[in-house]
Amino acid sequence: MKMNGARILLESLKREGVDLVFGYPGGTVINIYDELMNVREIRHILPRHEQAGTHAADGYARASGKVGVAIATSGPGATNTITGVATAYMDSIPMVLITGQVPTPLIGNDAFQEVDIIGITRPITKHSFLIRHAKDIPAIVRKAFYIARSGRPGPVVIDFPKDVQISQAEFKWPETIDIRGYKPNLEGHPRQVEKAVQMLLASRKPVMYVGGGVILADAAPELTELARTLQTPVTTTLMGLGAFPESDPLSLRMLGMHGAYAANMAMTHADLILAVGARFDDRVTGKIATFAPHAKIIHIDVDPASIRKNVRVDLPIVGDTKDVLVKMVDEVKRQGDKLKELHANLAGWHEEVSGWQAKHPFSYKQSTTVIKPQYVIQKLRELSQDDAIMATDVGQHQMWTAQFFEFQKPRTLLTSGGLGTMGFGLPAAMGAQAALPGRQVICVCGDGGVQMNIQEMATLVQNRLPVKIVILNNNFLGMVRQWQELFFDKRYSQTCLEQPIDFVMLAEAYGAKGLRAEKPSDVEKVIKEGFAYNGPVIMEFKIAREEKVLPMVPAGASLNEMVLNA
Amino acid sequence: MQHTISVIVENEFGVLARVSGLFSGRGFNIDSLSVAPTMDESLSRITIVTRGDDAILEQITKQLNKLVDVIKVLDFSDDSAIEREMALIKVTAEDESRAEVLRIVDIFRAKIIDVTPKSYTIEATGAPAKINAILDLLRPLGLKELVRTGSVAIGRGAKGWKG
Repeated sequence: MKMNGARILLESLKREGVDLVFGYPGGTVINIYDELMNVREIRHILPRHEQAGTHAADGYARASGKVGVAIATSGPGATNTITGVATAYMDSIPMVLITGQVPTPLIGNDAFQEVDIIGITRPITKHSFLIRHAKDIPAIVRKAFYIARSGRPGPVVIDFPKDVQISQAEFKWPETIDIRGYKPNLEGHPRQVEKAVQMLLASRKPVMYVGGGVILADAAPELTELARTLQTPVTTTLMGLGAFPESDPLSLRMLGMHGAYAANMAMTHADLILAVGARFDDRVTGKIATFAPHAKIIHIDVDPASIRKNVRVDLPIVGDTKDVLVKMVDEVKRQGDKLKELHANLAGWHEEVSGWQAKHPFSYKQSTTVIKPQYVIQKLRELSQDDAIMATDVGQHQMWTAQFFEFQKPRTLLTSGGLGTMGFGLPAAMGAQAALPGRQVICVCGDGGVQMNIQEMATLVQNRLPVKIVILNNNFLGMVRQWQELFFDKRYSQTCLEQPIDFVMLAEAYGAKGLRAEKPSDVEKVIKEGFAYNGPVIMEFKIAREEKVLPMVPAGASLNEMVLNA
Repeated sequence: MQHTISVIVENEFGVLARVSGLFSGRGFNIDSLSVAPTMDESLSRITIVTRGDDAILEQITKQLNKLVDVIKVLDFSDDSAIEREMALIKVTAEDESRAEVLRIVDIFRAKIIDVTPKSYTIEATGAPAKINAILDLLRPLGLKELVRTGSVAIGRGAKGWKG
């Protein structure tokens, strides 16, 4: 059957199982929006800014594991998505962004609302397509989704000129696709797996260092099984939080710049590091020259380019982390008595590790007069549902959430780890809530970042998305202020948000509920009331203004040179 | 250390930008680059001469392989390939130097492809070192203009790419 290009796109999205898109109309996507009225299977949520639309698609993907889809018009609509695309790229989130483009004959003419969005997004996408003929749309959509979700996932842009949206073609869904330049290596080599297991059995001080790759591959159960079978302590990156239950005695908690003392000490003293779906980012390694000086390193990753990019690796295993971990669990289970031997050999290491854990757990000084942000996070954990999803912005509140929420399950923390995007939390929470209507979704942010996409309050209210927004308000851009306090002689250049905002009134202005806590005794009451309310809520907590995130590895220092009190 | 890399890519618009953008975005060096279609018209072959230690070369190769439009990356870092480059050289040739230029051209088995009363234009082909050598000899006589293609490379014997 012949149909126009816009309809072919929507039919193709349906074939990919898309049931929800986040988009913003405009001149060069108006035909898609017109056809959307004829396609009931695809729900559409209208954010109030295209950046938020891409963050929402990203949050949808992180929470559900499916590919997030966003639509924007050409020119400014497309450029507004850049931060969202870059955020998804840095954290390897599967996303397809469809942008309108000026009609093909006008491309390159500096037409109204024309930008070379393929060129602009080239370094922040896994791949991109410009549609030239309507007949090509189904294959392009299929390839785009396949590329976005397979291997190391990432965002893909489809640029769609307006004239092609109008032109007619036959809709023919390709049964198979073949991309000759793209064959991700998903199966871990069995010999490498055997070698890895032998190295683990021979080790006396092993640590598993786990990143977001485990969550992306839905490999948390296999990872947990492997760690428990081997009795190996586990530390996770920020992106890996939830891949291993933090309540487990083997959990060393998060490592790195604001990581746990025990995690950083264990990395420094380990004789073997098993890195799984992690990429040795500078926030994790600290000074690279002194990173894990005694350890052999096994690195499992689906992306060969991640291996040996930042650190030397003794045994690389390229493959889907789930596939590799399944093979490792099988191999480990065949070891019989050797496993018992290993457990006996690790007794001393476990003792050393628990010593570090006991010496400096994540902690803070409670107050009876002023609300401590860490206390708010602890109360959120206590009062929220077990499988609640936490979205954050970037900064102090993000680190406090990582340190004090004790993540237990994968896909329960949505945070911009790689790009570090302020303004991510609220729209990401919106996307997660839209993906999983039955789940409790909480957004923790600061008074700085929340204002970067505060307009999405309207979207939450309009779509009845009951996101619980927690603002830890210190009237500061707190993380930068902390650096200025510690490293710049308390010269607080442009980090004080002096103009007070009444967030309760702001919530009400959007038709949401607003609550405020000003003293520690209010905290529990406000959270309970906010959680009980059937709709979006802003809960504002006036927190200790100069509270710092500790411990901290100063930039450029070694992991074991942590500032514990400052 | 200098390396020559052949990259077999889809012969489509925008692919060269992806490859060159990868080099600039990640701070890799390009000494020279040449592109043309292969025997299979749907593919192009990019020859890049780059520099870096083993770790950088490994990253370059891996990052190139990640590009969806890249079919194959061949790293000719050792003597596994034959490398050639062409140069068009316009050189001052007046009075007594005209004969000297001809002698140099003859020694290097180059060709004169354009003549004026005051200049010769020379076509020289060979390994980059040979091009450098002829240039060293011609420079004192007065180089007016130089165009180099950059290296192309092909694997020796069975090594390389079928197509």
